[in-house]
This record gives sequence, structure tokens and C-alpha cells, in this order.
Amino acid sequence: MGYLARQLAGPTDPAPDAGWTEAPERKGFFTDTSICIGCKACEVACKEWNALPLDGLSLSANSYDNTGGLGASTWRHVAFVEQSQDRIAQARESGRRLVELGMPGVGAPPARREAMPPAPVDGHGPDLRDMLAAANATTVEGTPVVGPLPDFRWLMASDVCKHCTHAGCLDVCPTGALFRSEHGTVVVQADVCNGCGYCVGACPFGVIERRSDSAVSVRGDGHVPDVGVAQKCTLCYDRLTDDQTPACAQTCPTTSIRFGTREEMVAIARERVAQLHQQGFTEARLYGANDDDGVGGTGSVFLLLDEPEVYGLPPDPVVPTAKLPEMFRTAGLAGVGLLGAAAVAFLGGRR
Amino acid sequence: MANADCIVIQGSNMAECHPVGFQWVAEAKARGARVIHIDPRFTRTSAIADTHVPVRAGTDVVLLGAIINHVLSNDLYFHDYVVAYTNAATLVSEDFVDTEDLDGVFSGYDPRTGAYDSESWAYQSRAEPQVPDQEGGIQGPTGDEPDAKTRAHAGGHTLGASGAALEHAQVVRDETLQHPRTVFQILRRHYRRYTPEMVRDVCGIPVEQFHEVARAIVENSGRERTTCFAYALGWTQHSLGAQFIRAAAILQLLMGNMGRPGGGIMALRGHACIQGSTDIPTLFNILPGYLPMPVAGEHDTLEDYLASIASPLQKGYWTEAPAYTASLLKAWFGDAATPDNDFCYDYLPRLTGAHGTYQTVMEMLDGKVEGYFVVGQNPAVGSAHARMQRLALGQLRWLVVRDLQLIETATFWKDSPEIATGELRTEDIRTEVFFMPAATHVEKAGTFTQTQRMLQWRHQAVTPPGQAQSELDFYYELGRRMRERLAGSTDERDRPLLDLTWDYPQDEHGEVDGEAVLREINGYHLTGDRAGELLSSFTEMRADGSTSGGCWIYTGVFAGGVNRSANRVPRDQQDETAAEWGWAWPMNRRILYNRASADPQGRPWSERKKYVWWDEEAGRWVGKDVPDFPADRDPSYRPAPDQGGPAAISGDDPFIMQSDGKGWLFAPKGMVDGPLPTHYEAQESPVRNPLYTQQRNPGRLVYPRKDNLWSPSGDEPGSDVYPYVFTTYRLTEHHTAGGMSRWLPYLSELQPEMFCEVSPELAAEVGLENGGWATIVSARSAIEARVLVTDRVRPLTVKGRTLHQIGLPYHWGIGRDAVVEGDSANDLLGLVLDPNVHIQESKVAACDIRPGRRPHGDALLRLVEEYQSRAGITAVTGNERLDEVTPEMAARRAAAGSGQQAPAPDETEGEG
Repeated sequence: MGYLARQLAGPTDPAPDAGWTEAPERKGFFTDTSICIGCKACEVACKEWNALPLDGLSLSANSYDNTGGLGASTWRHVAFVEQSQDRIAQARESGRRLVELGMPGVGAPPARREAMPPAPVDGHGPDLRDMLAAANATTVEGTPVVGPLPDFRWLMASDVCKHCTHAGCLDVCPTGALFRSEHGTVVVQADVCNGCGYCVGACPFGVIERRSDSAVSVRGDGHVPDVGVAQKCTLCYDRLTDDQTPACAQTCPTTSIRFGTREEMVAIARERVAQLHQQGFTEARLYGANDDDGVGGTGSVFLLLDEPEVYGLPPDPVVPTAKLPEMFRTAGLAGVGLLGAAAVAFLGGRR
Repeated sequence: MANADCIVIQGSNMAECHPVGFQWVAEAKARGARVIHIDPRFTRTSAIADTHVPVRAGTDVVLLGAIINHVLSNDLYFHDYVVAYTNAATLVSEDFVDTEDLDGVFSGYDPRTGAYDSESWAYQSRAEPQVPDQEGGIQGPTGDEPDAKTRAHAGGHTLGASGAALEHAQVVRDETLQHPRTVFQILRRHYRRYTPEMVRDVCGIPVEQFHEVARAIVENSGRERTTCFAYALGWTQHSLGAQFIRAAAILQLLMGNMGRPGGGIMALRGHACIQGSTDIPTLFNILPGYLPMPVAGEHDTLEDYLASIASPLQKGYWTEAPAYTASLLKAWFGDAATPDNDFCYDYLPRLTGAHGTYQTVMEMLDGKVEGYFVVGQNPAVGSAHARMQRLALGQLRWLVVRDLQLIETATFWKDSPEIATGELRTEDIRTEVFFMPAATHVEKAGTFTQTQRMLQWRHQAVTPPGQAQSELDFYYELGRRMRERLAGSTDERDRPLLDLTWDYPQDEHGEVDGEAVLREINGYHLTGDRAGELLSSFTEMRADGSTSGGCWIYTGVFAGGVNRSANRVPRDQQDETAAEWGWAWPMNRRILYNRASADPQGRPWSERKKYVWWDEEAGRWVGKDVPDFPADRDPSYRPAPDQGGPAAISGDDPFIMQSDGKGWLFAPKGMVDGPLPTHYEAQESPVRNPLYTQQRNPGRLVYPRKDNLWSPSGDEPGSDVYPYVFTTYRLTEHHTAGGMSRWLPYLSELQPEMFCEVSPELAAEVGLENGGWATIVSARSAIEARVLVTDRVRPLTVKGRTLHQIGLPYHWGIGRDAVVEGDSANDLLGLVLDPNVHIQESKVAACDIRPGRRPHGDALLRLVEEYQSRAGITAVTGNERLDEVTPEMAARRAAAGSGQQAPAPDETEGEG
């Protein structure tokens, strides 16, 4: 694929594409929701490190989630989903089918995925299907693990900016406030952003947002910085430049959030999903690890225990700019057509 | 825990309340362990567990007892371990009578004081006549030691960790376990009625689920596998809390899960250093290292005191208590402490009764307490019957609150709910409140001792802001000023303060050097060639005053002059035991009683669970940990009958702190409310005790007061006034009474409001709406909370009847200084205490719930009174110790020393 084509869709390494020479390896998160305990330490560590304002002090009465979702002042968000037995059975079945169909990646509809290559990316761990071929419902020691289907479950998952390979927010930013860092992440420069808000509509995950004036300061002087300016997770750009782990991953007590090179994260994620399937937890599936999805794979990959929609994630995210050439072609054709029609009308009129 | 094959978390919400420690559960799970969570609510711990078992709050002894019965009846226990390492084979006195025969009391109960005399629970000694040897099993010659019987003092507060002393270790054993008076057979009879059906009818757990739990434990115990239990305040905060833990200890001993990797019972401590604050106690009844506090009139001399800790003829290391005590007194009083003055033993205060926090608060209300230090605690929100706490604070002359923030305990005089109801008026409160700002954990150096007994040194990151001080600085300064005031005094009562060693070096900022204190705790050689050298082990301590040491179990933390609590060798540079990370007492042992990880001959029980074993060639115990056993004691060693102390530890006595070297299935002494856990209903329960006429623990501590009323129990008239069970707990987002979280915006926004958790069924029954308001009324108070309707709270079916439980976090309080405030769940609780450790029953109580907000002002008091009058309750109801039994049973009890007999009018020292 040519340089220009790579800019908009398909698998690629975004940092060199953005013009970084000698870029370090692409960084990312792996969020394993199967071991998340919903402690929200990631939310707090993120707010603390980035000195973010409060979103408000009201009880949502929606399980233990009083945060609601990602936003300008919340860059990590833990979702809490309470489910009954029938839903667990469905998730177990849908996850099993995903694996039979190939690598469970970003949850595009099965019909579309059939066309995708199921083979693993080089160096991203063993082939999931090989790993699953041998055993079923056993632990790493070979003893059965999965018990009877529980009556109830409580899913917890820490969401974050996906740091897409093809980031809609970045592509539409007119000021250059959003940029691709050398780590392959997507970062906003608050002092450059003019608050136009194009990025908000361009994000297929609904992550980026402009900070509203309802945000509440945690500072002594009551000042809320960057009101009206687009904000989101920077993957702790300021920490990465000093070889530090991002605050959320550093604080996570169960290693549900892991940080490293994206390649390593995807490999660990694939092994973990295979292990869970071996143990009988076929509801496990990956999200964001498929480089052929609508955003070219994400920098933040997730292990989910149900369909992405359950967690408030889009099942088939597509970067709006992926269709840019097509749109230009169509628009061009339309323009040419219009011109032609106008010419015909004009010429015809003269007749 | 990471080595466990099965983890049972019961009475704990580990993932929410100990999220960092929970990584080891996650690790075990990743290695294939089965995780079972037994809890009234489906919590974040249940979410990660393989199985969640909903249980009716307060019925854990029935469940554990039924598992004990299951393994005994089906021969599923670890036979070799049980015979060799526990007291299963030991014979108990003929005088012992079980609760099963006395309708709910053991022999030796005194109905007037509510206390037991444990004499009849004693082991049969070899001096006693022996019954004919039925199975040829009775071993050991008949000795003729005098059977010196001393009455155990009936009061948990008078015992250190050693429990009461046994006179000797010359017990009679039948290793065939057939003799009817063996502990094994007593246990079998005691739990015979604890069946899966009983579990279904009492705990609300279906029979299949009981078998699932029992099977998981059985399949994951034995030579090859181990099961671990973890508990926290869900087990302790009951009127028989200590017995819940005893029940788990019995099961773990039967399954051979003590002293082995991946086994044990993990007592999850509630804060960073709560373990440390019992080791070097902030409790009224113990001295450092679990030495008991002396009792006035009983321990008038050092000799009396030491005799009460251990008899020279018993086994194990408690016989060395004279050395630990002398070293402690030398550390405190330095040169002033000499053998001639009993090392200033007379300087120690004496107990004249129970002086726990609740007794103190009740004395405050009676005007008997003038001043009060509240340090790192927020009783106006966090203690049971928080209302009583706040009213009591108003009776003080002065109050010192040391905290990070202006907590509700410091602002009660202007903000408390009693101001709103008119019960307190600011202008009438005479209490002078001093608020002293405290340094946070990053602003001071020192150690934390965590759940695993591990000390970890904490370096100071920044200096405290403004006037904030560390505890060390504060108390050093307070002591210095008091000593300055008293300098030159000739008054005898000032001697203890003036003779204290109070000479700690200070750094350039004037802060006391915490390492100097840790060295003092470690202890020194004081005389001889090694004078001035730090001790390397508590076995070096002497009773002659030649050593010092502030807490004998901590000796070795500074061995060789190195602060071992600051050891930080990364995990990839050492083996899995990680002995070079921090330092665990005693002697850096990571698993206590680890001699039990090998069989009686000293060989590992299995390759998979190999931990510490006997190296025949080297003639030593070796392995992955510091052996918790005399290092060179051959497994075949047997002591002579006249030996005591460490020398009397037989080669197969792994429980070296126990006076007979064995794990106690049956506790002949030490527990004040019975040698075996037996089920009683909670103080407030909607269910009749199906086992006995005796509804509640007859040994519980009750306080009949007008401000401490109880809902009628079981099916008594009026019990339908408070028809629901509630339980209180913590959330990850907040820290206990909120002093460290409700003032922090980032934590406050995560859980901004007080709420109650109810099932959809209860919500429909009462008319509650998700997100709406509810008023919860108990026999003491009424509070309001937002409503969270959730399937995580499930109605239970108990004897065919639907029983609703309500969940109440207790983090909020009324005080305008915090970011978020709300009503305190602790206002609803009354005071009834476990007699062993004086903890309050706050995990189960009765209430009513109704939609809408609570009334304010005087109307709130009227509402509570209206309920009380409808229920017909008085200060007397619910505080009866014994329930009425038939005359025949009363006679039987009297014959067993548990009835009304031989009045002793001078003994009026009861707790109520």
C-alpha cells in the first residue's frame, strides 16, 4: 500500500507515517476486564496526575458508576454492568462463535469479518485457533476451571482513549492542536486548540470532548483550565517522555491495565483470551486488536467478556476519514456531473 | 495466597476493601485456583470469584459447622495431619458438658455474670483416673503431677495472645481417636446437627450450593493441595465474632491447611498498620508482643503476673515470657528498671475492668471521663452507635483530635445531627476541642505492619505542611513537656513518667528519628561482651535485665544494625518467598507454624507443597522459609515429662506457641464464651435459633440502657416492626469514616452520596425507587439514604420465608467541612459486644425501610420513639443473657455448673 493510502485506512505504523524518523516502538494499553475489580484507582490516578477538574458530585443510581463516561475531565472511566444468567450464556456463546470464525477483533458483524484474514499478525503470539485446538475447560495446570454458569455477574471495565491507528479526531483537526506523537499516540495541545469541535464528531468512540464551564475546580483558586478546549487521554505523554508508565497502569492493583509496546500488548491479550477460552470462559474476546478494522486497530486494546455494546463501545467503529478518497471521488464526480449538466444546460440554452 | 488451590473469602469484601492484597487472589486464580465468595451481598469480590454464595448475615458458624460435620462424617479430613498435629486425640475432662446437652450453654456458665469458668473444659491430666482403655489407644504413663487448678479469669480482656496458661502439657491422648472424650469425638457430637438442610434453613443457602462449596474445599485440601480462607470485619463484628474465626480454624486444621503454602486463614486488617497497632497495641488490654495487661488485685507482683501468662511446665515459647517482660520494661524504664524493683513492674497501670472504647464512651456520658485523645479515628461517624459517641463527646472537659482534616468528631459541637434535633446546643457544650493537624503517610518516616505481619519501612517523601506533625513528633513533644513540668517532683506517681527512657535523636528539622525507635523496639544486649549490640533474635532475651527490647516479636528487625523493614530486593532477584522484601515477625518467617508443611517424620507432605523439611544429613530444618521450629530439633525427639518451655517441644509439635504444641480443635482455655464455636442468632435477628432454646450468645456483653434498645428477636411480639436485616460495610472509593476520602474531591465524586442497596423484590414490596430516597429506622435511630435497587442484593429463603437484607455503607457523616456529607449508618447500630475481644456487632441488625426522606428536628426523635413504642421495647428487653428453659434442663445445667447456685454476692463485676 502506498504512503498516501496508508494515511487513511488499513494496518500501518502511525508514527513513521506521521513523519517521525527513528520513532520508538508504538505504545499502548491492554485492559483485561476479566481481572478488573472496579476500584477506580485508574480514574483517580489519571485525574490526579493530569490535574483534571471534577465532573460533579451527584449519584447516578446506575450501579457503582457515578462517572458516566469518558469526557473532557474524565480520561479513564470504569463501566459497571450487572447481568443475569441468560445474558452470560449468550455472551459465552457469541464469544465461542467469534473464535470459530477467527480472531476476535473489534466487534464488526460476523458477516463482514468472514472476509478478514484470521491469521495472527507476525510476532503477536501463537495462533489462537492452535492454542484452542488441544484442550477445553482446563486451567494452566490442566484441571477444569469453569464451574456451573453463574446466576449473575457484574462486569467492570476501564475505558480510555483508543489512540487509533487512523484517528478521526486528528485527521479533521484544522489547527494542528491534535498531533501524532513519536509513541504512536494521539495528543491534544490545549494551547493550540481553538475549540472548533470538529474532532468531537469525528471520533467513532465518542471519547474526545470540549471542556464545559460546568466543570468544578479542585484548585484553591477555583480556576478551571482549558474551558471550551478539546481534551482527552494523552496516554501520559509527559510521563512517556521520561520513560515512566502512564498513571493508570502504574496504579492498577490487579494488572488489569497493562502498558507496553502495542505489539507486546496485543500478544499478551491474545494469549489471555486463549487461556480463558481453554478454561471454558468463551465469553472472552478482544477489542481493538484487529488491524483490519475500521480504524486500523487501536493503540488501546481490550479483553471484553461480552459484546462491545454492553460496555458502551461501538461494535464496528469506522474512522470517518477512511472514506475520504471515495468521498472526494464522489464529490468530484458530482462536481464534474454538475459542471457537465450546467454546461449542457448552458449550451442547450444557447441553442 | 497465590499458592492456594482454592480460596474461600468469607466475611470479607477483599477486592473492594483490600484491592492491593487482592492481586494475590487474582494471581492464584490465574494459576487455576477456585475462588469462592460467601457474603450476604454480591460485591466486587463476588464479581471476580468463580462462585458467589449469598448467606444470611450472622449465620457463618452454621455453614462452617456443617462443612466440619461433612468432613468428619465422611472421613474427608486429613487424617495423618489431624492425629499428629492437632489436639484431636487429646482427652477432655469428664466435667465438660457440651451445648448440645445443655440446650445452648456449655458447662461452667454463671448466669449472674454471664461469664464462664473454663475449669471443666480442661484437658484430662494424667493425674486423673483413667477410664478403661477401650481401643488400646491411651498412651503415656500415669504421672502424678499435682492437678493445680486455678480458675481462669472470665474476661477476654485479661488474656494476652497466649490465652490462659495450661498447667502442664502432660495430657492423655488416644491416637485412634475412638475414646468418647477425645476432642475428635466431642467435635463430632457437637456438630452432628449441622447438616446441609440446617444450612438451607438457617443460612438460606441451597443444599446443592453447600455441596459445591464443601466439595471445592475437600478436593483442594490434603497432601497435594491447599485451601486458604480470608476474612475481615464480616467475621469479627458479631456478638460471637471470635467464634466465627475459631470455626474456620477448626476446619483448616481438620483439612491440614495450617502452616502450609497456600493454606491458612488470612485475617485481612482494615488499614495500612492495624496489624502493627495490635502488635504494639493501641488496645487497652495488651502490652507489646501480646503480653497481657496486668489486672489490679490479681497481678500485684511481677511473679503473679508472669505466672498467669505461662506455667513453666507447658510447652513452647510463652514460657519465656519473663524474658520478654523484663526486656520490655528495660526498654521503657532503662537503668531505673532493676531485678530488685521487678524492673519497675509497679509502674505499669492495672486494669480494673474493661476499658474499651465503648465502655469509655458510656463512662463519658456518666461524666466520669474528663479528657479524650482521638487520633486517626472518627468515632462521631465510624463507631457503632455514633449518636451515643457524639452525645458523649459533649460531656468531656477537653478533647484532642489529631487528624488530617476537620472531621466530624472535631466539629460535633456545631454540626452534629443532635444539634438539629435539639438534643445538643452549641452554647451548652462545655467541651474544649483542640484540633492538631497530622502529617500524612508520605510526610513521615516509619513502618507499616500489614496483614501478613510484614513490616515495611516508609521513607519520608516531603516534610509536613504548616503545623502538621507526625505521631512520633507529637507524642515525643508531649512527653518531653510533661516531663519538663514534672521535673524535680518527688511524688511517687510521677516516677513512671520521669523514669521513662525519652531520649530519641532528632534530625535537622527537629523530627524524631524513627529508626532509633525501631532499634529500641528490636532491643539490645545491655551487659557483657556484646553490650550495646542489637539483639538478633528474641531467643537472646533474658529475664535478668541483661537485655532490652520493646516488642519481643519484632526482635531481629534491626539485627546486625540493618533496618530490615527497609529491604527492597525486587521480585525478579529472589525466590517466591521473597524473604528480602520487608521483614515479617517473628524472625522474618513468612508462614507461621511452617513445621506443619512437613509430615511427622519431617518429609514434605508432597513435592507440590514442599516448604520446610528436615535435612537428615545436616541435622537441621531447611526449606524455602525460616523454619518456625527449633532449627536442630530432630522429628523423632520426645521431651522428658518434667521438661517445659521450648525444650518440651516434641519433634512433631508444630504449633510451638501453643501450650501443648498442637493445633486446637477444642480450646480448653482462652476463649471466654465456649471451647467450641456454636451457633447463636445475632442480637437482632428475625429468625429463631433452630438449635437451642438459647437464642443469643449467653456470653455476649450487654448494656441495658435507655439509649440502647433492641428490636424483638425471632418471632417475639413486635419483631415485625423492624422486619429487615441490614449490614454495614465499606466501598473501595472511601476510607472508613471518610476522614481520608470525603475531603478529597476525586474520591468524593466517585461515591458522592450515602445510599442503601436493596433488591428489586424489596423495592417493590415497600415502594422504593432506584435513585429515590429511603428512610431506614432501627430501634436506636433513623437515617436517610438514596436508593440503589440492584440484583446484587438477593432475598433469601429461610425456612420457606422470604427474608430481605439491606446494605448500608458507613462512610458518610454530617459535618460541613467535608466535600460530601450524609447520614451515618452507624447511627442505626446499638452496643452489644463479643466477649473475647470487645468488638461491636455491626454486621447484622434489624430495621424497617420506607420511601422518602426522614423528618428533621424533633420530628426525627418522635419517629424513632413511635417505632419503639409499637415494638414494645425497653432497656431490659433483648438484654437477657439466658432464655427460659424447662425445669429439667435447668437442673441439668445446674449439675454441670451452669445454673443458679452458690450465690456469691460480692462478685458484681459483670459487664452490664
